[in-house]
Amino acid sequence: MSNKKNTVSMSRALVRRETISGYLFLLPSLLFFVGFVIIPMILCIYTGFFDSTMGKDKQDVFIGLSNYAEMFRDPVFRRALLNTFIIVIVSVPTVCAFSLWVASAIYKMKSPALSFFRCVFYLPVVTGSVAVTVVWKWMYNNYYGVFNYIGTKTGILENNINWLGDQRFALWCIILILFTTSVGQPIVLYVSALGNVDPSLVEAAEVDGGTHLQVFWKIKWPQIMPTTLYILVITTINSFQCFALIQLLTSGGPNHSTDTVMYYIYYMAFKLYRYGYANAMGVVLAIFIAVLSALQFKVMKSND
Amino acid sequence: MKKKTISKILSVVLAMSMVVPMAACGTKTGDAPANNTSSEKVAEGTEAPAESTATPTSITLWTYPIGSWGDSATVDGLIASFNEVHPEITVTVEYLDYTNGDDQINTAIEGGEAPDMVMEGPERLVANWGAKGLMVDLSDLWTAEAKSDIYESVEAACKGADGVYYEYPLCMTAHTMAVNRDLFEAADALQYLDEETHTWTTENFVKACEALVAYGQKNAGAVFCAGQGGDQGTRALVNNLYGGTFTNAEHTEYTVNSQENIKALELLASTPGINFDSSIVGGDEITLFCNETLGMAFCWNVAQERTHKITTPDTNFEILPMAFPSDDGEAELCGGIWGFGIFDNGDEAKIAASKTFIDFICNDANQVEDSVKASTYWSVRKSLADMYADDELMSKYSVFVPMMGDYYQVVGGWAEARTAWWNMLQQIGSGTDVTTAVETFSETANAAAAAAQ
Amino acid sequence: MNRDKIRLTPYKVVSIIVLIVLAFLFAFPLYWIITGAFKTSAAINSTTPEWFPSEWVLDNFRTLFSRQKAPLWEIRLPFSGGFAADGQRILLSSGPRVPAAIRWLMNTVFMAVVSMILTCITSAMAGYALAKKRFVGRTILFSLIVCAMALPKQVILIPLLREMSALNLYNTIWAVIFPIVGWPFGVFLMKQFSEGIPGEMLEAARIDGAGEIKTFLQIVVPMVKPGIGALAIFTFINSWNDYFMQLIMLSSTNTLTISLGIAKLQAENSTDFGLIMAGATLAAVPIIIVFMIFQKYFTQGITMGAVKG
Repeated sequence: MSNKKNTVSMSRALVRRETISGYLFLLPSLLFFVGFVIIPMILCIYTGFFDSTMGKDKQDVFIGLSNYAEMFRDPVFRRALLNTFIIVIVSVPTVCAFSLWVASAIYKMKSPALSFFRCVFYLPVVTGSVAVTVVWKWMYNNYYGVFNYIGTKTGILENNINWLGDQRFALWCIILILFTTSVGQPIVLYVSALGNVDPSLVEAAEVDGGTHLQVFWKIKWPQIMPTTLYILVITTINSFQCFALIQLLTSGGPNHSTDTVMYYIYYMAFKLYRYGYANAMGVVLAIFIAVLSALQFKVMKSND
Repeated sequence: MKKKTISKILSVVLAMSMVVPMAACGTKTGDAPANNTSSEKVAEGTEAPAESTATPTSITLWTYPIGSWGDSATVDGLIASFNEVHPEITVTVEYLDYTNGDDQINTAIEGGEAPDMVMEGPERLVANWGAKGLMVDLSDLWTAEAKSDIYESVEAACKGADGVYYEYPLCMTAHTMAVNRDLFEAADALQYLDEETHTWTTENFVKACEALVAYGQKNAGAVFCAGQGGDQGTRALVNNLYGGTFTNAEHTEYTVNSQENIKALELLASTPGINFDSSIVGGDEITLFCNETLGMAFCWNVAQERTHKITTPDTNFEILPMAFPSDDGEAELCGGIWGFGIFDNGDEAKIAASKTFIDFICNDANQVEDSVKASTYWSVRKSLADMYADDELMSKYSVFVPMMGDYYQVVGGWAEARTAWWNMLQQIGSGTDVTTAVETFSETANAAAAAAQ
Repeated sequence: MNRDKIRLTPYKVVSIIVLIVLAFLFAFPLYWIITGAFKTSAAINSTTPEWFPSEWVLDNFRTLFSRQKAPLWEIRLPFSGGFAADGQRILLSSGPRVPAAIRWLMNTVFMAVVSMILTCITSAMAGYALAKKRFVGRTILFSLIVCAMALPKQVILIPLLREMSALNLYNTIWAVIFPIVGWPFGVFLMKQFSEGIPGEMLEAARIDGAGEIKTFLQIVVPMVKPGIGALAIFTFINSWNDYFMQLIMLSSTNTLTISLGIAKLQAENSTDFGLIMAGATLAAVPIIIVFMIFQKYFTQGITMGAVKG
């Protein structure tokens, strides 16, 4: 910036102009963002300090940080927090790795085969999570579900396993369903990203005697990095939103082994009417997720 | 219902800012009337004919699947007959289910669009929403005539702790269990039960389970506990085995941690063929019983058999309804009472119209039998005790009605106790010591009961 | 691609076999839903799975369609509830009465399409402004967006519910749409795409005397088209599959969406699996047809090359 007087005043005018036009462009989006995310979030923080419940004559009682203190003593909340992070930590890398593997296995195929595989892996996404859940519930059935049926017929399982009713398996069963409904979009994205890798670079590397793996890591991987980051972000979002599976299949059971914070908030609010406590849990979860997103973004930036 | 000042101010600001996009969008599918929900206009074309002097009112009724009260074809018929007499009142109906119904009403209450009327039992209408001050006092429906004709135990259940009537009852039943008679015969287990009186002892129940397992039926029965659906069955089972109770006689405290109940739970956990299944609720159990996966069902009543006969007429086994086993052979069954309650939405006209509807459905001499029959249960009125005289199925089940025990579901903190109950069963199912699990339940439930008083 | 002509290595053979097995697993739920919808109740409730329907029947669909009825559409005057006689918003137009399941489908399509369009428009505008305008408060706003973009909606469920109630939007499809549009992931994505627009092009347009709107429409939009495509698909699929907001915000037969409808069918009729399968088929088939038709657009041109930090 020059520090000549007229330039300064010009840039001030420019800043003003940019600010006005910038906010005009932002206005429609901000209306929704502030109205349906920021304001509820503020109210959420606010009621988190109250003992708030349903009922006509019930007044909210200010209880300071008691909700937060209770939360960290609440074993179910700790369990739910742990489960939430298990789901995210397990499903995000597996979804990314699996979809990259599938994509690299199919992206060179001829059109009908490629289309076929792309569609098949996309099917659970478009079928809709509720519809898919209904079938999985049957497949996991304790008495005649298809897993137990095939398992006992082929002799892999000695006895029927109560997949969703056994706390050792229930969370993994949920993660498996989440996995099948999450890989469709990443595969499609990776296929098109790998297809766009500059072929001359690959060729040059192969001429230089690079192995497949070397070519992949040195040439392809950096080129599909932006896609990977996008997939990481959307898979994280999806994994945190995993609610329908739990509500429809296990209600957080057995023995809270599939409780997530998201489900526990709902449960607190509409089964036990503890709005203040539910909101306080929401605040804690929001802080965790905000930090996580910020970190993810930092990683993204430094990678660029 | 309850709106904070802050949220009010913010919402006004918001509402104004929303006008811009709303105007741009122009239209609105779905509907959000100010204080009532319109849907399924059952009685189209009967709204306010010219000669009617009464002002047209539209009210909403949400029903749980109480017999055929969960079936739109039947309910449409009932409302059509109501509209013949009261064409000025339009009733729109929503059908709830036992899995999500409570949450649905709770969100609607918080969303400011509670229904005008809801059809359910005292555990929700009286002990839950009534106790929270959300329901209208129905004393004027409880005339001297009604009080004299309706069973006293039912009347007591419809009254809140404050003595206010929050429910006007229509029908009732006794929840039983059922066994697959063919299977029992094949396993030579029929000797353990009394087919005349439909009763059996705890000892014989265990023997029967052992016989079923020995016969090759690995799944004699399932203590289902994935959620609260059908939990009256598991409660009644546990309470009856050794004569325990769920609450004290005054309905102020939960007594699940009594010696009798602990003994019963330990017995169930060790009985062969009985497994604590955290993957199913009552409804699933019924399915499993009907397709012969389970040898007995703990979530049963006359409506189940009726529905089962209609949906699968080619059933190839005989259903034998039974009382829950008890050490002295005298069961105390868990009763179900269903009726109507009115949410206080602040609109006098709608409250009056709702009362007119309830009065017609439950009291009109020409109507009440149809209303009760739609529920497939018994009337709460002594004068209608023999209305099913020539119905074979109902006669078969009427033996259970006198076995009905205390209606304890009106104790404080009921919603929390219910969730604690299936959580407790899950714990026992996954190997937690019974005493520990029961103590956890008692702490949670009794704290909730104390807080509600 | 000929130059990559498949050399069949053992690794490739194994991976193709694994892929085919996985393909079966992934296709199975849908296969089971569609065949289940046409099975008799005996076949469905049988404890040994019937892999292929021995008898095809339409009973399940008949039951589904003979249940509740609802008008195909209802268009109401916004905010007219205050002065209408019965306290309900004035009904401008109402469709023919159809089975409620069809109405649910209609609601879902409307919800997904409107969310998609609104999200794309607002996000494209905001993303461009955040990337290319140097205005006061930009950094703070962007940080806020980054922090909020992965936030599950459960976090704010109670305040949001009360807010919708205060706005008289509870139990309308808009109560589901607005929070979706408000979710800032789209803005974030479009900001990343807009970074790739060369500043010189914008400068050139300005020198040519093009106004802000003209610059946006004629230069920015064509350049970020792949981003808009990616966002459109993401929003559409997400709102189609969303269940939570619908569960909280919608309560009457006329406003339900198809996911909610199926969940309700399941809870009400756990004994009638065929009916649920019929509902699920109805939900899945239209979107699969859409997917087949637009497969090209779903899978082409969405390159993330422009995503930059």
